Amino acid sequence: MALSGIQIYKLLPKTNCKECGFPTCLAFAMKLAAKQAELSACPYVSEESKKQLAESSQPPIRLISVKVGGYEVKAGNETVMFRHEKTFFNRPGIFVKVKASEGEEAIKAKVGAADAFKVNYVGIDLTVDGFAVEADGGDFNGVVKAVRSVTKRPLILVSKDPAVLGAGLGVLSGENALLYAADSSNWEAMTELAKQHHASLAVSAESLDALADLTEKVKGKGLEDIVLDLKSARLGPHLALSTQVRRLALKSNFRPLGYPVITFAEGGDGRDSVVAAQAIAKYTGFIVLDRFAPELVYPLLVLRQNIYTDPQKPIQVQPAIYEINNPKPESPVLVTTNFSITYFSVANEVEGSGLPAWLVVCDAEGMSVLTAWAAGKFDAERIAKTIKGFNVADKVSKKRVVIPGHVAVLSGELEAELPDWEIRVGPREAVDLPAFMKQAL
Amino acid sequence: MPIEIPKDKWPGKIRTVTLGAMAAEGGTRAKTITVGGEGTLPFMHFETPMPNRPVIAIEIKDHKPDDWSPLLAEVWGEAMNDPAAWAKAAEAAGADLIVLALSVTGLDGKPTKPEAAVAAVKAVLGATGLPLIIFGPGQAELDNELLVPVSEATKGERLALGICEDKNYRTIVATAMANGHLVTARTPMDVNLSKQLNILISDMGMPGDRIIMDPTTGALGYGIEYGYSVMERLRMAALQGDAMTQSPMIVTTGFESWKTKEAKVGQGVPESWGDWKERAINWETLTTVALLESGAAIVVLRHPESVKRVKAAIEELMVAA
Repeated sequence: MALSGIQIYKLLPKTNCKECGFPTCLAFAMKLAAKQAELSACPYVSEESKKQLAESSQPPIRLISVKVGGYEVKAGNETVMFRHEKTFFNRPGIFVKVKASEGEEAIKAKVGAADAFKVNYVGIDLTVDGFAVEADGGDFNGVVKAVRSVTKRPLILVSKDPAVLGAGLGVLSGENALLYAADSSNWEAMTELAKQHHASLAVSAESLDALADLTEKVKGKGLEDIVLDLKSARLGPHLALSTQVRRLALKSNFRPLGYPVITFAEGGDGRDSVVAAQAIAKYTGFIVLDRFAPELVYPLLVLRQNIYTDPQKPIQVQPAIYEINNPKPESPVLVTTNFSITYFSVANEVEGSGLPAWLVVCDAEGMSVLTAWAAGKFDAERIAKTIKGFNVADKVSKKRVVIPGHVAVLSGELEAELPDWEIRVGPREAVDLPAFMKQAL
Repeated sequence: MPIEIPKDKWPGKIRTVTLGAMAAEGGTRAKTITVGGEGTLPFMHFETPMPNRPVIAIEIKDHKPDDWSPLLAEVWGEAMNDPAAWAKAAEAAGADLIVLALSVTGLDGKPTKPEAAVAAVKAVLGATGLPLIIFGPGQAELDNELLVPVSEATKGERLALGICEDKNYRTIVATAMANGHLVTARTPMDVNLSKQLNILISDMGMPGDRIIMDPTTGALGYGIEYGYSVMERLRMAALQGDAMTQSPMIVTTGFESWKTKEAKVGQGVPESWGDWKERAINWETLTTVALLESGAAIVVLRHPESVKRVKAAIEELMVAA
């Protein structure tokens, strides 16, 4: 957490020697707090103060990066408890776990399918981020090799035994993996192993007190790339612990727990999906799924997109012609703006109705229909330009366009802009579109 | 090292609201449901215990809807043709209370008649001892036409009547006040609008412990982040002491989720969406769980499997340590 000017002043020599170029130590401290000066300008600051000041400039939750080749999963560096306060920054990595005991062929098939998985959500291709490989017997070296042969994505290696993890790490070169996990019994060897292989290390303990002790020990041995395992089986306690860790880091500037969290989503009857959903909303950096299934991963990836959307920016969809329910040339043409909620309301109602339509989305700078109209971003000229720009006329046999009821006033001007089109005024609200389309079109 | 856990100390708390009345209170319900009362953000038991767990309502209709997903038609089967049977099935599926949503039209295609609405409500009251929430069809005039006779015919049952919106709350609030019922107040995903409607309803003389806020939400993928953050902000405003945001919140996550193509449709969708039924249940369950963690007190669901999963999640969330 950043120190205030007064807090920084207390760490300075308070001699007002002016050698830094500022008239007083206090003035220099204020400039430091505003990040308009460098501490190195002071020749007399003590080593102890330097250390404290350096620490205070670090982010309260350390950024951890698990990466290989072009793939990188970053967690940490968060600054708020609630997304509406600013935004959440680094989307938690979603990893799919395989166990050595499943056998190399089965593992290859599972990892291959999950690696190839790609799902489109509002024009973005979403995928899983990596894999966790658990050593539960067998030849770990061979298993990691098998996994690496079918995916290029980052890996988490899971075992309590440093020797086993070492065998797995032997396969990997030039990458930063995450090792799971160090505890009070194996932390020294685990720390050495992580350092040697430039890996991050998950640290696990029964209580936050014990966890803080352990991260300090690991840090004392020179490893700072740490991930926290809260080891809580149930949703309620896990939520409490995740919240406490985040608060300690952000509000109390408590360094020993200023690291991202790893959560294993386990349990049958859909429990794993609920655990993962909570982890996405409430502060986890790395999520490990017990299984891969598109119908599980798709909603989780969408939830992650939603929660990590920056609330300070209106979310826009790409201006385009969207095809809903496989429209044909005779299907109606509907027009709306590119504010995502507006788009979703319209698209969802039409989709739900089962009626085919061409939905033309105009660039209204991410504003809703009425707001955009009031701001002059959704007028006859823009609508006409969009219809012409996307060559809508080439796709349809009937040149008839439906505009939102809220901008009925535009129909006259639009007739002038699009002389060979029939302009129809639709309902004001998206919810009334299906009935309108059934009755009036 | 011993760590001092930072705890939030809030001056305000959520109002306690009880739905349903048993014989002693002038109703016929076998049990009542109480929500609200907490003085912390959701499930922060380490600050102060949450006195009441969130509850699950199952939404049923006065007759079989023609626009619900085939997955829902399949799971409720014949019961959908009879609101009493449907209410019983919902109770058996684990509902804490029932939402009866009246349709715009009857099976004959004509606007639902007041007598039919009253008959449906009475049938449900006769079939289940659970507390009941009644939603009108959502058209101002028709809502008033149906909800007033329903309210009068069920005097003293402490039903919740909805949906009160800014343009259409007076008649519903007046009849609820006169007949000992509650109201649900819906506003479109906006903190200030929620607060404003609560003020308008309170100004009519409705006691605070008979108002439930419906901040509206979008489903997963369809604007859930707006609903999520509005609810977090409403909850924080309430805890900071703003009396007009202290009502417990209801969200119709089933309605929102089952509107989405992901839940509703099984054919002609990308292969990467996976198994239809499991995807639909996940859609409803995850939308609901996310909003429980942002402050919902009553969630209104549609599929019994989602009910089972959300119920299990609430059980776990109520565990303190």
